[in-house]
Amino acid sequence: MHAHRYVELIVGLFVLAGAVVLMVMALSWTNFGASRVDGYRVIAKFDNVGGLTAKAPVKMSGLTIGRVESISMDPDTFEAVVVMQIRNEYDNIPTDTFANIYTAGLLGSQYIELSPGGSFDSLTDGDQITMTQSAFILESVISRFLFDRAQD
Amino acid sequence: MNAASLYIRRIGRVVINAAVHAGAMTIFALRLIAVAWVPFTRPRDLAQQIYAAGVLSLVIILVAGGFVGLVLGLQGYTILSSFNATESLGVMVALSLVRELGPVVTALLFAGRAGSSITAEIALMKTTEQLSALEMMAVDPIRRVMAPRLLASIIAVPILAAMFSFVGILGGYFIGVVVLEVDAASYWGQIAQQMDAFDDVMAGMIKAVAFGAVIALIAVFEGHYAEPTAKGMAQATTQTVVISSLAVLALDFVLTAVMFGT
Repeated sequence: MHAHRYVELIVGLFVLAGAVVLMVMALSWTNFGASRVDGYRVIAKFDNVGGLTAKAPVKMSGLTIGRVESISMDPDTFEAVVVMQIRNEYDNIPTDTFANIYTAGLLGSQYIELSPGGSFDSLTDGDQITMTQSAFILESVISRFLFDRAQD
Repeated sequence: MNAASLYIRRIGRVVINAAVHAGAMTIFALRLIAVAWVPFTRPRDLAQQIYAAGVLSLVIILVAGGFVGLVLGLQGYTILSSFNATESLGVMVALSLVRELGPVVTALLFAGRAGSSITAEIALMKTTEQLSALEMMAVDPIRRVMAPRLLASIIAVPILAAMFSFVGILGGYFIGVVVLEVDAASYWGQIAQQMDAFDDVMAGMIKAVAFGAVIALIAVFEGHYAEPTAKGMAQATTQTVVISSLAVLALDFVLTAVMFGT
C-alpha cells in the first residue's frame, strides 16, 4: 500500500512538473499573448517594408509598445500597408508621430520605431501615421554610396 | 530453369513475409488503439507504468538535455560570432531544441531506455506463458498489459521532451550568458520575440506525442511476437531499438515537412 502511494506521488509530481515546464516555455518564453495585445489599431503606409514581418515589435524610445498585426498592399498606390496594434496604456501618442523601420543589430530582425511629434491630438483606433520612412535596404545604400564616389 | 525458379521463389517468400509482418502489425496496432482508453479506468496501473517508463527515464533525459544545450550554446556562439550576431544565440538554441532536438533526442533515448524494457518484459511474459494464462482467465492481455504501456508512453514522452528542451535552453543560457558573456536580455528577448507558443512549442509537443505512440506500438508488438526463446527475446529487444529509432527519424521528417514546410 505504501509503495503504491509513493509511486502515485512521484508520478503526480512528474506530470505536474511536465505541465509547469511546458506552460513556462509556451506562455512566458514565447511571444504568446504578444500577438493579441489589448490595444488599438494604427496604420502606416511605407514605400518599402524590407524584411518586416507580422508580430514584429513596435517600439518607442526603445521600449516595445505594440506589435505589427498584418502587412498588406494598397492596390491603388502599391504601398505596403502596415497595421499595428498599440497597447491601450500608450494612448497619448501625438498624431504627427514619425514611423521608421529599423533593424536590430546589423543583420537582425526589423521593427518599427515611432518618434513622437509635438501635436496635442493623440492617435486613436484606425488612425493613420502619415510620416513614414522606408526600411534600410543595404544594397541601395551601398549603391548610392558607390555612385556618389564615382561622381566625385 | 530450376535454379531460376528457386531464386524467384525466394524473392516471393521475402515479399510475402514482409506483407504478413506488416499486416499483423497493422491489425495489432488497430486492436491496441481501440482499447487505448481502457487504462484510464485503472489509474493505479497507469501510474505504475508512467513511473516505470517516464519517471525512471528522467535522469538520462535531464542530463542529455543539459549537455545538448551546452553544446548548442558553444557551437552556436562560434558560428554566430563570425557574423557578429551572437545576440541571436538564444533563439537559435531555443528553436533547435523545441522544434527538433527536444522531441527527437528524447524519443531516441526513450526507445533505448524504456522501449527495450517494455519489449523484454512482454517477451518474458510470453515466454513464461503469463500472457496465455491471462487469456485462459478471460483477461485480454492487450487491454490489461499492452494498453497501459502505450498510454503511459504517450503521456510520458511529451513531458520528457518538454523537460529536455527546458534544461537545454538553460544549458545554452549558462554557456552563452554566464561563460561567453552574451547579453542576457538579448538571449531571452530574441527567444521571446521569435518563438511561437503554437507554431513552435505545440508543434514540438505534437511530434513528441506521435513519437511516444510509435515507440510503444513497436515495443509492445515486438514483445508480443517475439520467439519464446532466450535468443528470440534478445532479437526482439534489439529490433525494438533499431526499428523505433528509424521510425522516429522517418516520422520526424514527415511531421516537419507537414508542420514547418512552407
